[in-house]
Amino acid sequence: MPDLGIEVLLKGNNLMRLLAGLGVALKISLIAIGLSIPLGILIGMLVNGKNPIIKGIYRVYLEFIRIMPQLVLLFLVYFGTTRAFGWDLSGETASVFVFTLWGTAEMSDLVRGALISIPKHQYESSAALGLNRSQTYFYVIIPQTVRRLLPLSINLITRMIKTTSLILMIGVVEVLKVAQQIIEANRMSSPNAAFGIYLTVFFLYFIACWPISRLAAYLEKKWR
Amino acid sequence: MAEELLTIDHLTKQYGENVILNDVSLTVHKGEVVVVVGSSGCGKSTLLRCINALESIQGGEICLQGEKIEQEGKNITALRQKIGMVFQCYELFPHLTVLNNILLAPVKVQKRREEEVKAEAFELLKRVGLEDKADSYPRQLSGGQKQRIAIVRALCMHPDILLFDEVTAALDPEMVREVLDVILELAEQGRTMIIVTHEMQFAKAVADRIIFIDDGKIIENSKPEQFFSHPETERAKQFLNMFEYKRK
Repeated sequence: MPDLGIEVLLKGNNLMRLLAGLGVALKISLIAIGLSIPLGILIGMLVNGKNPIIKGIYRVYLEFIRIMPQLVLLFLVYFGTTRAFGWDLSGETASVFVFTLWGTAEMSDLVRGALISIPKHQYESSAALGLNRSQTYFYVIIPQTVRRLLPLSINLITRMIKTTSLILMIGVVEVLKVAQQIIEANRMSSPNAAFGIYLTVFFLYFIACWPISRLAAYLEKKWR
Repeated sequence: MAEELLTIDHLTKQYGENVILNDVSLTVHKGEVVVVVGSSGCGKSTLLRCINALESIQGGEICLQGEKIEQEGKNITALRQKIGMVFQCYELFPHLTVLNNILLAPVKVQKRREEEVKAEAFELLKRVGLEDKADSYPRQLSGGQKQRIAIVRALCMHPDILLFDEVTAALDPEMVREVLDVILELAEQGRTMIIVTHEMQFAKAVADRIIFIDDGKIIENSKPEQFFSHPETERAKQFLNMFEYKRK
């Protein structure tokens, strides 16, 4: 069996360091997710209204965030704002900011789509039964929207967790950065460590994302 | 004559320049079954939708037991509870079971006791032959079953008048019967109803009065025997001829 360098994991507290790195990645993505979901729902509902100014601003925001690669956005916020406005953002703050900006855009688009997909006759039959506006939303529209939204937003959540692998580029020591550090430090003693360590990183991401996507599959089946 | 339940007075409905209903007046008495017929796009569905204010109106007024029905009116949700409506497309709530579809409005809107409504719901489900479907979801039902549930849902609100908007138009032919039988039974119970339909045989059987609408206007308002055997207008004759098949 080839030497995969797994033993490096057991040296010192390397495994704990990797887990702590994963912790950083999860912390940033979970804060961003926690902000993105309510903000996205709010904005998604707002742009479903009739105000053309809100719609126009929203379109620009959505297109801008979507066209921009997340890495460029991270550089823009982390390095750009320091030069332009003299802000001294930490890497983590910049990451949370960028991920929230991105997650909110994606989430609001999902909410908008889910709301549009509720047929008009659902509103009308609610009205015909004497439900007022808030009862219609509370008992009929929102439960159906949430059911449509859940699998899609869980997909977004796992994408956000995975994309945190970019933030090492602005100096945040997350799981991938720790992996690189471990590999560098053991270059002489275990030259093959890259494979084993990156494999471990793969499994760590897997462990973080797999239960979430199972949950989505379960809910999708339950609610169909 | 029984008391006047619904009065429509010089109703006008238009979308921009496009006039859909033009000076329509109609009185429906308690216990009366009025069937509205006419070719597609003549405005008959719009008439029903105006009655429970799903559409705004541009002129005239509609009153239910003397109370004016207005889209922006304060009492519109209270008035709508007195007007049961069943639509062409199956408009059950897909995320709720049959029973919860029926219970939602009586319990949450009318604030009636759940036990009482449930008992009534089962009674009505039994009458339409669907008591075993109470825990099913709409997606597990056929079109005809869904429409019967929609009728039960409307009945559970204890409406004063029922509106049926082409309830069999989207059904497979073999399911039309089971739905129309339910409506016939309601007619026998003396319910006040306005029915829009393309089923002429059914119209003949159920109606106390036939309203023929053409191009947004009521052009005939007569007893079914008279309408089907001696229509007064040329337009109605043409319309009825469409349902006759003869080899030339």
